[in-house]
Order: sequence, then structure tokens, then C-alpha cells
Amino acid sequence: MLIDWNHFTPWSALAGGMTIGIAVAVFALLNGRIAGISGIVGGLFRAQTGDMGWRMAFVAGLVAAPLVWQLFHDLPTLQIDTGYGMLALAGLTVGIGTRYGSGCTSGHGVCGMSRLSPRSIVATLVFMGTGFVTVYLMRHVFGG
Amino acid sequence: MANITALLAGLIFGLGLILAGMANPAKVLAFLDITGSWDPSLALVMGGAIAVGSIAFAVAGRRSRSYLGLPMHLPTARVIDKRLVLGSLAFGIGWGMAGICPGPALVLLGAGSSEGIVFVAAMLLGMGIFEILERSKSVDRSKTGQHV
Repeated sequence: MLIDWNHFTPWSALAGGMTIGIAVAVFALLNGRIAGISGIVGGLFRAQTGDMGWRMAFVAGLVAAPLVWQLFHDLPTLQIDTGYGMLALAGLTVGIGTRYGSGCTSGHGVCGMSRLSPRSIVATLVFMGTGFVTVYLMRHVFGG
Repeated sequence: MANITALLAGLIFGLGLILAGMANPAKVLAFLDITGSWDPSLALVMGGAIAVGSIAFAVAGRRSRSYLGLPMHLPTARVIDKRLVLGSLAFGIGWGMAGICPGPALVLLGAGSSEGIVFVAAMLLGMGIFEILERSKSVDRSKTGQHV
């Protein structure tokens, strides 16, 4: 393992993480809910009456974030080197996987880990593990 | 009021993702590439988020209603089953393929990235497929009388 010190951004990572934590806190303490993105979006497919509004509002906030950011600052680089076919396959896998697994990086990785939920700890270890393995295979075994 | 705070929470979440570097798929992939030249930044993103989140949930867990007077909807499931493990396994594979998970996908969509649009469309399709499979399963169950 070689640490890439040139791209290591500890302070913005920590500040950004704490900002995410504040969003989680706002949603838990005011709305009484878990800020799990896949659950919030997936729930739109089976929304009951009175359920649709806050889900759409949360999603709108997320989508508006880069626009609000640009009012004050240029957006940082958002670099995607993945082709459209692979992106579509990745999106499909993420959509199905997060719904079967009841959560993603936010719901399990941040909220569940904060609550020390055994389910979320297992889920996070599993998706981080397969994430590491997938990148290893794509970059160092099949890719180049 | 609940919709306004939800909008605010989503907005703060998205700004946090951008600041953290999580909305940049190349940076996420550099974090997942532990055998290459590894960028450990995203471990600090999770650490920072969990540090604040654990305080919030310690408070939230003791309350029966939120500060807006809404009922608390915190998960109660404790069983580690096949669905949880296999679903998370698939999610990790998809995450590793492009370096995009659901939150950053929506931020990329808002940034007007065509890659973000393709990813979100496919993700919604995946979630839709899940719903169809779940509904056909519950129809089977109601036919055989095994309601859950």
C-alpha cells in the first residue's frame, strides 16, 4: 500500500464529513428519520400519502447543492472516467443492491455506524470489501 | 415545516459531499484502490460524519418525538439476513465500478453531468426492478396465504 500524499485532503474531508454529520443530525432530530439516500429515493416508488413531500424535498436539496455551491464558489473537479455502458451497469447494480441491502453509504455507512447497528456494521464491511475488490480487479487485473 | 427541514437536510448533505470530495468519482475510486496509490481522505469523511452523527443519534434515541413533534422513525431491525449481505455485496460491486453511490449520484445530476444523468436513470431503474420483484413476491405469498 502506497499512500498518495499529493491527493490526500484531510481537512476538507474532515470538514465535509462533519457537514454530512450535521445534515444527518438535522434530519434525525427534526424529522425523526434516518438520512439514508437509497431508502429515501427508493421509498418514492411506494410512497404512501404524506410520505412523498419530505422525500421529494430531501432529494431536491441534494440536487440543488451544486447550484447553491456555485453561488459562492466554483465547483471542484468532478472527474468521471467511466464509460456510459459501465455507468449504466453500475447504476443498475447500485439501485438493486442498496434496496435489497436496505441502505447505502449514508444509511448504513454513516447513520447505522453512528448508531452502532449490527446490521449496518455488517453491511458497511461487506460493501466496502466488495468495493475494494472490484476496483482491484478492474484496475490491476483486467484493466490497465 | 417537515418538508422545509428535509430540504435543508438534503442541501447540507449535498454541500458536505462536495466539500468532502465524495462527489468526485475519481477521488472515491482512489480511496477504493488500496493496492494502488491510495488516497485515504474518504476514511476521514466517514469518521467526521460518524463523530457528529453519533452525538445526534445518542440524543435522538432517547426521544419518542422529534423536536418538530414528529414520531421517530429509527430502524429497529436487528436480524442479519441473506438479503442484507447479498444486497450490500452487489452495492459494493456497483460502487467500485464507477465510484458513485446514491448521494453523490444526485449531486452529479444537479451539477448537470451527463454521466450523472445516466447513472441516476439506471439506479432508478434498478430500484424499480426491486419494487416489481417485491410486489410479485407478496402476490405469491397472498395466494398461498403466507402473509408477512
